[in-house]
Amino acid sequence: MTTIQKKADNPIAHLTPEDIEQIGIELDAIRQEILDSRGAADAAYIRKVIDVHRKLELASRAVLLASIFPPAWIVGTAGLSIAKILENMEIGHNILHGQWDWMRDPKIHSTTWEWDMATPADQWKHSHNELHHTYTNVIGKDNDLGYGIMRVDEDQKWHPFFLAQPLWNFINACFFEYGIAAYDLELGRNLKIPKEKRSEEFKENARGVLKKIRQQATKDYLVHPALSIPTGSFLPTLAANFTANVVRNLWSHSVIMCGHFPEGVETFEKASIVGESRGEWYVRQMLGSANISGSKAMHIATGNLSFQIEHHLFPDLPSNRYAEVAPKVRALFDKYDLTYTTGSLPKQVYSAWHKVVRLSLPNGWLAETNVKNAPQQLAKLYKLTTGGPKVRRMIEANDRRQRAAAARAA
Amino acid sequence: MTSTPTSTLMLRDRLVRVVEAATTPLLPADYLDLFAPLRSGADLRGRIEEVHPETADAATIVIKPGADWAGHVPGQYVRVGIDVDGIRQWRAYSLTHGPRRDGRISITVKAVPDGLVSTHLVREARAGTIVHLEQAAGEFVLPPAGGKFLFVTAGSGVTPVIGMLRNLFPSTDSGVLRLPRSADFDIVVVHIAPTEPDSIFLSDLKALAEAGAVHLVPRYDDVHGVLDVAELSDLVPDLADRATFACGPGGLLDALADHHEAAGIELFTEQFRASFKVAGDGGTVAFNDGTEVVADGATPILDVAEAAGVLMPSGCRMGVCFGCVLPLREGVVRDLRNGEITIANDGDNVVIQTCISAAAGPCHIDH
Repeated sequence: MTTIQKKADNPIAHLTPEDIEQIGIELDAIRQEILDSRGAADAAYIRKVIDVHRKLELASRAVLLASIFPPAWIVGTAGLSIAKILENMEIGHNILHGQWDWMRDPKIHSTTWEWDMATPADQWKHSHNELHHTYTNVIGKDNDLGYGIMRVDEDQKWHPFFLAQPLWNFINACFFEYGIAAYDLELGRNLKIPKEKRSEEFKENARGVLKKIRQQATKDYLVHPALSIPTGSFLPTLAANFTANVVRNLWSHSVIMCGHFPEGVETFEKASIVGESRGEWYVRQMLGSANISGSKAMHIATGNLSFQIEHHLFPDLPSNRYAEVAPKVRALFDKYDLTYTTGSLPKQVYSAWHKVVRLSLPNGWLAETNVKNAPQQLAKLYKLTTGGPKVRRMIEANDRRQRAAAARAA
Repeated sequence: MTSTPTSTLMLRDRLVRVVEAATTPLLPADYLDLFAPLRSGADLRGRIEEVHPETADAATIVIKPGADWAGHVPGQYVRVGIDVDGIRQWRAYSLTHGPRRDGRISITVKAVPDGLVSTHLVREARAGTIVHLEQAAGEFVLPPAGGKFLFVTAGSGVTPVIGMLRNLFPSTDSGVLRLPRSADFDIVVVHIAPTEPDSIFLSDLKALAEAGAVHLVPRYDDVHGVLDVAELSDLVPDLADRATFACGPGGLLDALADHHEAAGIELFTEQFRASFKVAGDGGTVAFNDGTEVVADGATPILDVAEAAGVLMPSGCRMGVCFGCVLPLREGVVRDLRNGEITIANDGDNVVIQTCISAAAGPCHIDH
C-alpha cells in the first residue's frame, strides 16, 4: 500500500470535482432518509440490546459463582465474553458516537455513558470520534493506523524494529483495552517528555485512566472472585473474567483491524486534506474503510462495524440501520467506479495480518521470497537487520537498480 | 422508633460500595431497573395503568407512580417524560384528582392540534407503558381555610381546577358529597371553551353546579362571543371580593393580569403550554454567565460563541464527533446540514451539537 496520491493508478483520478460534489449530495440524501424514518423501533432496538447485555452479564456472573465446576466455568465464561463484546461494540462504541443522543434519554447518551473499558469514555471520544473519524487514514494524522507502534505503509521507512511488529500486534490484540488507553493518552510521546515537563492535561488524563483500570480490575479480579469464595471458586472466577476480557479484546482488535487494514483500503497524505470539501471527506471515508460480510449475529457482535464504510460515512446514524444503508452506498460506489472493499471475517482478518507481516519486512521482501531463493533472502534480511542504516541504504539502492533494470528488460 | 446505630449505617455504606465495585462502570440501579423500575430509590417513574377517553380529543391517564412519589396537593402539576417516536418529551400536566386512596395519580390531556405529546397520550398511550415523572409542583393551590374564589378556566385549563373541586366535593354514585371541611368555600367557575361539547370535564362541573357546590358560568365562544375580561365584573358581581385562580392560554392570563392589577384583585395563574416557539432566522444566544451574543441564522452557535470570547468545548467542527454537545436549556436551533429544527422548552435541556446548529430564535445554552 502507498498513499493514494502517490499511486501510479490513483483510483480516484477519474472523478471530476463535480462527481465528488454529487457523491456528497447523494450520500447526504441517504443519510436524510434514515433521519426521517428514525423512531420508536430504533429506540426499542438499542434498549433491547442493553437489556440482553445486562441480563446475560448477570446470569453469567451468577453461574460463575460456582465456577469451580467445569461446566459452570465454560458456560459462565462464554456468556460473560459475549456480554462484554456486546457492551463494548454494539452498545458502548455506538452510544459514545452519539448514535442514540436523538432519543434524549439521559441514561443512553454520549455525554453520560461510561463503558467496561480501560480508557475513560471522555478520552476515547476525543481520540476516536474527533481524531480518527475526522482524519481517517491520513498518514501522520490518524493514529489508529498502527497505533503509532507499527509500520502500516510502504512509504514509512523500514527499520529492524518493525520485524517484531507481528508479535506487538498480537500482544496488543490480547490486551487491546490497555493498548487503546495508552494510545488515547499518547503515552509513547508523553513518556519521552521529562516527568516535570509533562502537561497538566496529560497528568490528569493519566490519573483518570489509572482510576478506571483500578475500578475495572477490582471488579473482575477481586470482587467477583471474592463473591465466589463460598464455593471455593476464587481462582476459577478470576481466570474466567481474565479469559472473557482477552476474548473481548481479541475480538474487538480483529474487527477494528478489518476496518482499515485489509488490502484495498487506501491511505492519504497529510497535505491532501487541507481545505477538503464535504464531498472529498466522504470520498476519503469511502475508500479508507473495509466491510466484513456475514450473518446478522456477526454484524451485531461487531457492533455493526462490519459496515465500517457506512459507519465512517455516517458515524452518528443508529448502528441497526447500517445494513439498510449498505446496498445504497454500494450502488453509489458502482456508479462512480470505486472499489467497495468487503470480504468474510476470516478473509479480512487474514488480509490484515498478512499486511502486518509484509510490512514488518523490508518493502518487497515477502513478495520476492520463494522456496528457491529463501537462503539468499534470509541472508539479505540478516544483513539489513544487523548492518545499520548505511548498509540498509546500500542494499535498498541496489534493489531499486535491479528492479528498474528488470522493468526495462520487460 | 429507635435510631439506627452508627455501626449498622457504616456496614450498609460498605456493602453499597462493594456492590458498586461489582457493577462499575454501571450502577447497581442500572441492573435493578431491569426488574423493578418503580422501586424506592429508583429515578422517579410511573406506569400507565388506564387510559379513559373523556371527549373525542381528551383522555384521562391513570398512572401508578414509583414508590418515592411524595404526594401532591390538588391543583399542582406534574412534569411527565414520555417517549414519542423514540424521543423523550417532557410536558407538565395538572393532577386532576386529589390524592387517591389507591395511590394512583391521574392527568387529563387534551390532544391539541400539532401537539406531539398530547396527541400521543390521548391516542397512542397504552397501559403498561413506563413514563418518567418529577415530583408534583406548583403554587396554584387553594388555602385550606376556605374563602371566596373565582376560577377562570379556558379549554384544558380546567384540569387543575377540577383537581381542586373533586378534592373539595368528592363525586359519588349517590351524588356530590358536601363535606364539613368544604363548607367555607364559596366558588364561582367561569369556564371558557370554543363550543360546548369540546369542553372536557363539563359534566363534572355541571354536576357540581347542580349540587350547589359551585356556581358555574359557562362561556362558549360560538354562543356568547369571545370573552373580554372587562365583562367579568358583569358575570361575577362580587368579583372584587374573590381571589381569582386562572388557568388557560397565555393571552387570557396576560389580559387577566392587567385587568386584576388595575382593579387591585388577587390573582393566581397557571400556564402549562410554554409560549409557542416559532423557528426564525438567527437570534440571541445566552450563556449561564450572562453573556449574550447575537447570532445569525447561518453561522454555527459554536463559531458565534467563540468569536464572542466564550470558551466552548469543540471537536471535529463538522458534526461527526459529538465533542461540542451542550444542553439547550430553552430555544430553537436549526441543523445547518439539513435544516432540521430542534425546539427546547424551559427545562427540556435538549443536548445539541453546537458546531452544526445555528440559532433559529432566542436560545439559552446551559454552559
